Order: sequence, then C-alpha cells, then structure tokens
Amino acid sequence: MNLTLHVWRQKNPQAKGQMVTYPARDISPNMSFLEMLDIVNEELVLKGEEPIAFDHDCREGICGMCSLVINGIAHGHERGTTVCQLHMRHFKDGQEITIEPWRAKPFPVLRDLIVDRSALDRIMMAGGFISVNAGGAPDANALPVPKEHAELAMDAAACIGCGACVASCKNASAMLFMSAKIAQFAHLPQGQPERMDRVRKMVAAMDAEGFGNCTNQYECEAVCPKEISVRFIAEMNRDYWRAWL
Amino acid sequence: MGGFFQFAKSSIGSKVLMALSGAVLLLWITGHMLGNLQIYAGQDALNSYAEKLRSVAVFLYVVRVVMLVIVLTHIVTSVMLWVENRRARSSRYAYNNTVQATVGSRTMIWSGLLVFVFVLYHLFHLTWGTIHPEYAHLMQKMPGGGERPDVYSMVVLGYQNGLISGSYIIAMLCLWFHLSHGFSSLFQTLGLTSVKYRPLIERAGPIFATIIVAANISIPLTVLLGLVKPAVGGLP
Repeated sequence: MNLTLHVWRQKNPQAKGQMVTYPARDISPNMSFLEMLDIVNEELVLKGEEPIAFDHDCREGICGMCSLVINGIAHGHERGTTVCQLHMRHFKDGQEITIEPWRAKPFPVLRDLIVDRSALDRIMMAGGFISVNAGGAPDANALPVPKEHAELAMDAAACIGCGACVASCKNASAMLFMSAKIAQFAHLPQGQPERMDRVRKMVAAMDAEGFGNCTNQYECEAVCPKEISVRFIAEMNRDYWRAWL
Repeated sequence: MGGFFQFAKSSIGSKVLMALSGAVLLLWITGHMLGNLQIYAGQDALNSYAEKLRSVAVFLYVVRVVMLVIVLTHIVTSVMLWVENRRARSSRYAYNNTVQATVGSRTMIWSGLLVFVFVLYHLFHLTWGTIHPEYAHLMQKMPGGGERPDVYSMVVLGYQNGLISGSYIIAMLCLWFHLSHGFSSLFQTLGLTSVKYRPLIERAGPIFATIIVAANISIPLTVLLGLVKPAVGGLP
C-alpha cells in the first residue's frame, strides 16, 4: 500500500506546530498503524531528518499510551480499538491520512504527536483510590459482592486512561474518564465510605485542570477503545448532586 | 448559600442547574402549546382562556419573575459552560470528524440564542405590544357590553403577515433542534437514566420536539392556508 500522511510536527511545547506531508511507501496491510509509522520514521532517519515522535508502549491495546487522532477520530475509525491494534487493512491504498495529537488545553503537546496527560493523574490523586488499613489479605468472600455489581465495576475499571474521550469530545471534557474512575469504586462495597467525598474532590480537580464540560453528545463512548458506557457519566452526575444535598 | 455557589460554579453543578431550568422551560413550552391549540376552538374559547390567565394578576407577576429567573439561569449557565468548553479546546483539529453527535447537540448554543431572540420579539409583539401595535391592542366587544383583549384576532391577523409567520416558523425549527437534544440530555445530566431506559430517552427528545413544534407551526400554516379565518367583526 502507498499512502500520503499529513502529520502534526511540533519541536517542543513552546514551538508553533504545523502539518507536514510525508509519503508512506510499500506498507503491508497486515502492519499495525504504529508499525506503519515506524517504517516512515526509518526512512526519515536514513534521510537524516527528525523522526515523528509518538507515544506507544505495550502495543497490545492494554496500556493506554498510544494516542493519535486519525482523520479526526481518536484511535482511528475502528470501534473499540487502540491505535496500536488498528491495522492498515482498514485503510485504502492511496488514501490520505491526517494524524494529529490529542488536542485539549490540559494536554499540552510535548513534541509532535506526544501530549502530556499528567492532568489525568492529578485527577486520580484527588480521589481515585480507596483508603484501606494495610495488613494481611482479607479472607476471600468475607465481603459479599453481587455478581452484577462486580461486573459493572469491572466494566468501568477497563478504562486504560488513554484520554481518547478528552480528545474526541467536542468540549475536551474528561467526564468519561472521570466517571469510569469513580464508578469502579461506586459499584463495590469498598468504595462506599469515601463515595461522596471522592466525587466532589475529583470533579473539583477536573475543573481546576481546565477540561471542558460534557454536553451529552457521546463522542467519547464512540471512540473509547474499551467501549466504556456513558451510563457512568449519568451515575457520576447523580452522585455529584447527591453529594451536595 | 456558599455551598450552593460552589456547587453552581462546578462543571456538573452548572450542568445540573441548566438541566433543571431547562426542565421547567419544557413544562412551560408544553403548557404554552396546549394554550395555543385553543385557537382551533374559536375566538371565544381562546379569548376566555387569555382572560382567565390575566385575571389572576398577582399570580401572573409571580410567574413572570420566576420565569425570568429560570430563563436567566438557563442562559447564564449555558454561556459560561460554552466559554469554558471553547477554552478547553484551545488548539483546533486540522481534520474535524464526528462519529455520533447529532446536529442538534452541536448547535445548542445557537439554536438556544435564536429562540431567545425570538422570545424577546414575541414579548415585545404580544405582551408589551410595542413592535406591532396594530395587532396588539385589538378588543373583542362582549354581548353584555364591555370588551376584552381579542387574542384570537391578534394571532390570526398577525399570522396573515408572511413575515411574522415566517419568523415564527424559523424560530420553531430552531426550537426543534434545541428540544430534540435538550429533552434527552436533561435525563443524562441529572443522572435519571439507565441502560434499560436510555434508548427510550434518546428517542423521546426528537419525538417531544416534533409534537411541540408541529402543533405550534400548524397555527401559522392553517392561518396562511385560510383554514383559520379572522373572526367576523373582529376588526376594530
């Protein structure tokens, strides 16, 4: 396959970036999107040019590091897929592909396609945990958890914190991420003691970071590689106003 | 009270206030539509209804103040949230794409502001009678002597003017887009939804919007088509 790439290049956080066009030649349809970029980068290195910087780690779809907006869709047009698991067979020979970084004020571009997602970590530090007394592991089944509750908590916990929800949201809101991080505890007994406190603290942290506000368009749900449901946003909203009563 | 302001300033807090004020406006719009439809019952029915509404004057002023507060809450929270949302996406994408966001959901601020401008025009026209004084002060002579505001003729004569009915129809189309998203959205924002009811709630918005807008638009259309005629002797 031969493709034309339009890639965001930006030297450092202060620099003014721009779109640059590169050809991608002799690409196998069985390559992943990142492997295709590796090929392009090899060519750039041979030519003595700076390779395109992009985030990646496990390349198995579970770490949440890869973060590319492809033709305007975070992680590309395949549903429930991270960029590293997106294969070139889903593109047409000769296609033009626009590759951009996550765009949100709380995610400053560090270089090219790499953004700083520490804002999500700071939200977690504000309340995305449970406080437990350290000691021996408790007995199994000492605390009964209904199956459906465990399943729901697990659905929420599938969030890998990649930030695609923020990137795809028309308002750069982090509410799908937040709601998943809240729901993974809200559906379990261990999460109850700090439940109301948690939602207030995490929302305050999210607002302080400068994320936008959800307008219920559900673009986040459409691009989430773990297909996390916006039901968790509704649950977070409900917990939030209840926390103020 | 400090707690309330802190709540109102937060992202979800302002969203909740916008949803609650929107919910009141939905009820208002529904009641208004039912009132409008009385035009089909004839001149006497509509004018009696209007007279009854006005006769509870104290109550009317309470309602006006409450509605003003509701409308201001809805507009202030939405404009503030919109400004924050714009700031959050300070650098724009070169390639914009949308997977499932509806047109209505993406144009809420504009459809809302257009409807607001129309509501102002509507109030100047019919409530305060300053824009089209020729339509706003018609009176119906009562058989036993005396007279009362002839709302029926105000509506019919007003809508015979193509510009007035045209602007009304355009405003109603904006309202359709606004309601189709707003109605469903309010349940999500208040957290009053579930996996089971989500498909129903998402469909309810466009259905509700269609009922309200179709009923309202039917009035200028039937007037323009001559199906609803000016009252005999309705002209002063």
